[in-house]
Amino acid sequence: MSILKKKRNYFSLHTHGVEEEKPSSAKPLIPEGLYLTCPHCNQMIRKEPYLRNFKTCPKCGGYGRLSAKERLDLVLEEGTFKEINSHILGGNPLGFPGYEEKLIAVRNHTGLKEGVLTGYGFLGETKVAIGAMDPGFIMGSMGSAVGEKLASLCEFATFYELPLIIFSASGGARMQEGIMSLMQMSKVSFALKKHHDQGLLYISVPTDPTTGGVTASFASLGDLIIAEPKTLIGFAGRRVIEGTIKKELPKDFQTAEFLLHHGFLDAVVKRESLKSYLERILRLHGGRR
Amino acid sequence: MKAWTHVKKARDPQRPLPKAFIEGLFEEFTELKGDRLHGDDGAVLGGLGFFQGQPVTIIAITKGKDLEENLLRNFGSPNPEGYRKALRLMKQAEKFHRPVVLFIDTKGAGCALEAEERGQGEAIARCLFESATLQVPMISFITGEGGSGGALALASGDRVYMLEHAIYSILSPEGFSAILYKDAKRAQEASEIMKITAEDLWGLKIIEGIIEEGEDPTEHFSETLGEISSILADFFKEAETQSMEERLQKRYERFRKFGEVYWQPDLT
Repeated sequence: MSILKKKRNYFSLHTHGVEEEKPSSAKPLIPEGLYLTCPHCNQMIRKEPYLRNFKTCPKCGGYGRLSAKERLDLVLEEGTFKEINSHILGGNPLGFPGYEEKLIAVRNHTGLKEGVLTGYGFLGETKVAIGAMDPGFIMGSMGSAVGEKLASLCEFATFYELPLIIFSASGGARMQEGIMSLMQMSKVSFALKKHHDQGLLYISVPTDPTTGGVTASFASLGDLIIAEPKTLIGFAGRRVIEGTIKKELPKDFQTAEFLLHHGFLDAVVKRESLKSYLERILRLHGGRR
Repeated sequence: MKAWTHVKKARDPQRPLPKAFIEGLFEEFTELKGDRLHGDDGAVLGGLGFFQGQPVTIIAITKGKDLEENLLRNFGSPNPEGYRKALRLMKQAEKFHRPVVLFIDTKGAGCALEAEERGQGEAIARCLFESATLQVPMISFITGEGGSGGALALASGDRVYMLEHAIYSILSPEGFSAILYKDAKRAQEASEIMKITAEDLWGLKIIEGIIEEGEDPTEHFSETLGEISSILADFFKEAETQSMEERLQKRYERFRKFGEVYWQPDLT
């Protein structure tokens, strides 16, 4: 079987060969921008190999959060991504004070127009419709534009009979858009139902963190739902629940492993295997179109 | 009237609860329990009844009138089994070609360890997903609080109406101000900009209409029931003349148009 399966290294993990940085009282001179601190183990690591390995810490193996663009680069064949609806921007439906200024600041800071990139590309030999939310765009919150782009992506996938992959990342609703943000949950779920009724495949990959209204809509509706180790996935926030029940929650609460245990994920897949896993699932559903 | 006045009225413990609407509108209401998967959720009250001789399925999210009933109803915040019961009854309605009438009075879906263990997000998502193509007519009434995704799960049908003093929001004003102002005490201020009153939501075309309830909702209750009754009668009559495909297409478009977006090409 392995002859049929092209084995390719999409990226390799360098767990050796990185000089151990011994913490010392006399701080060494560190050129700015070459090193950073791992968000998981708090150790100092070299930036370049960390970024090259899609933000995998060479010391503890923990993952940093990927931007939408990095996420697409991780799984799609190089240069095959074509963005659709890149010009859709969200308005200010409630006339919320300061929201337009905030959007402009976030757009300048992230280089993104909104919190999701949508389009199509090749994963292995299969053409897929694909969307990735950006955890850095107002916490990956879902407002009108995110909902519009995702609903359009579902319709695009239905029209062209393509399998659909959505990487969600969300702090929840875009508060500044109030009720309009809430309505996006039904809007996207309805568009997904049309895709579903055509017998097409939808793989949902909730990424760290996926919470609130996104969990209570499209992130939970995949034919397959997979996530990377330790991904935070939940509906209500941890602090909200602790405040309600006045008890401390288990440490693994709302992690991918917790969801797997309770039957809400098909698999927990490491970042380094994510592309080959998705590619295999696509082939198992008929592959090339 | 200020939004905060509506918030207080929507939460008034003396306010008529969904059960009162059900008893006033339908004959021979027969409660049906359980989600067939885990248990029965008291926060969701469902069953069958006759509306002017026509069998209908009725599903409500409801608080209790006193502490005893609130304990039974988890203060109106359903757990996943509540949403799964609601979905079971919706699918049952589809099988027997009965329209579905939904009433909503909830602060929001339950927040608890067990709710997360049993997939609160998935349970709500599934209600939205199936509502998209449920073949029978669906009409919702928000009678008190319409709290977030927990309310939306039962408000994704053909029509949504609100009572005059009901509220419908992405989050409670307290939660909203805690997130945006890092201070839950600014809830009143938050409520004024959130656009959560029936009038605001009608202006945003989120709902189809507002049902008057006068100065004292309890005193005015029979008129309120009368108005709902005529809305239901009109809705069912219209549904008879409509094909299923036409209804589902309209339902799809109802949600598809929500949101404010614009198209801005790159200026190069």
